[in-house]
Amino acid sequence: MTHAHEPSVLSGLLDTDAIRKDFPVLQRVLHDGKPLVYLDNAATSQKPRQVLEALTAYYERHNANVHRGVHVLAEEATALYEGARDKVAAFVNAPSRNEVIFTKNASESLNLVANMLGWADEPYRVDADSEIVITEMEHHSNIVPWQLLSQRTGAKLKWFGLTDEGRLDLSNIDELITEKTKVVSFTLVSNLLGTINPVETIVRKAQSVGALVVIDASQAAPHMVLDVQALEADFVAFTGHKMLAPTGIGVLWGRQELLEDLPPFLGGGEMIETVTMGSSTYAPAPHKFEAGTPPIAQAVGLGAAIDYLQGVGMEKIAAHEHAITAYAVERLLEVPDLRIIGPRTAVDRGAAISFTLGDIHPHDVGQVLDEQGIAVRVGHHCARPVCLRYGIPATTRASFYLYSTPGEVDALIDGLHHVRNFFG
Amino acid sequence: MKLDSMYQDIILDHYRNPHGKGLREGDAEVHHVNPTCGDEITLRVKLDGSKVTDVSYESQGCSISQASASVLNDLVVGKTVGEAQAVQEAFLELMQSKGQGEGDEEVLEDAVAFAGVSKYPARVKCALLSWMAWKDATAKALAQQPAVND
Repeated sequence: MTHAHEPSVLSGLLDTDAIRKDFPVLQRVLHDGKPLVYLDNAATSQKPRQVLEALTAYYERHNANVHRGVHVLAEEATALYEGARDKVAAFVNAPSRNEVIFTKNASESLNLVANMLGWADEPYRVDADSEIVITEMEHHSNIVPWQLLSQRTGAKLKWFGLTDEGRLDLSNIDELITEKTKVVSFTLVSNLLGTINPVETIVRKAQSVGALVVIDASQAAPHMVLDVQALEADFVAFTGHKMLAPTGIGVLWGRQELLEDLPPFLGGGEMIETVTMGSSTYAPAPHKFEAGTPPIAQAVGLGAAIDYLQGVGMEKIAAHEHAITAYAVERLLEVPDLRIIGPRTAVDRGAAISFTLGDIHPHDVGQVLDEQGIAVRVGHHCARPVCLRYGIPATTRASFYLYSTPGEVDALIDGLHHVRNFFG
Repeated sequence: MKLDSMYQDIILDHYRNPHGKGLREGDAEVHHVNPTCGDEITLRVKLDGSKVTDVSYESQGCSISQASASVLNDLVVGKTVGEAQAVQEAFLELMQSKGQGEGDEEVLEDAVAFAGVSKYPARVKCALLSWMAWKDATAKALAQQPAVND
């Protein structure tokens, strides 16, 4: 067995002893006394007490439907819900709060964009003469909506391939993004490979041909400073539950003039200005895109999560995760027969690390790790084309967050040695 | 330790040395996948009248799914379709027992070793992958026969 490094040699770590006290579930002990080692943060994050308390307080003191009510609770619920929108707008540096649309998750956000563009008038309309460009490293949520749009409109779907190192292959960017391209949609950070993509290069090219840019920031928003103005994208999608918030709340940020021009997708209550039996006019964005009673408590929870993250500081969180990731990559490469699927360094890489371990199937790896209290994810991680690209059926993925510690990396490494012995 | 109840030696033996693996001639072929984990199997059934003369397969997946296909081959080849279906139903019942069933060793033989797997909902599908493929392929093979009874 190899020796663990002294955690003190890692710089930029957060005070995880203090942070972990805020997360009740991290105190859990599993399987006859083994402390939970939660390394499945790319799937979903754990929730701090501050978020749980915000949810409870909302339901215990303020619960009402939002907008238009004239009673105290309705006004309080509306203020809390719209207050959460203000917090999201500030968190992503949106020029206007009206550019923040609440959805139920990133998948819905991306489906919303795809449907807006399918029903839009020129110049945004995606039709049989158009091309859509995505990448081979997308989560299924940023593939399937575009496949559906392509099938319904006749638009051609194209994609960037991947290099052997787990980066986007940009060598054919001029053939991929052309005058026909209406939309380019790509992930900022890969959920399987961990790769952080070169946004500026792709955005510049897309802008040069007048294509809209959609960025899936699901694996970025929880982990780094997210500035939609600096990204220069047209739409940015992410989800709450990966960033300490409850499930059931997602965000689509879109540029205001686009949101004004593009048609609604879902119709219903709340999204209208006036309705007759013959036709309707629509509320201005963001309400035009929020039909029906929204996930109010979940939005309030997202606001509390943002408060928590900003209290710690996104730059500090990014630095902490970078240190943990660098340490984890280094130690994983010490394990015999272990192959990292994705960049083998911490440079331009997020805190999700996928790997294979000899010919031991990830299911078996995950099961034996679970027995030691270590929670990882196994499978294709909703990014099956990446597995196909690297000729593997599945991977084991460990993913870190602000409460992850070097000791948990050590536990993972010890666990993997145990897996090898078990199936050896 | 709990893990040993899932990974019994019998299972690990079948995993390391699978019986009947490889595709051979058959009357019907199916391809089944476990969409949650990417396990896959291509399985062929060869019948002679009502007798199962071969079950051949190519598969990739975890130790549970691989061992299960190997045990399937052991248990159904040489039986009549009716007898084999009874084994398949007994195995299905065991896998759906949520850790409560022990399995009838007279019927299930090595397959009783999978009793521990039934405690793990995420892994039950792994154990059943080849059996569901066999059931499907057998139905296809039978449908091609003009008039065969069990």
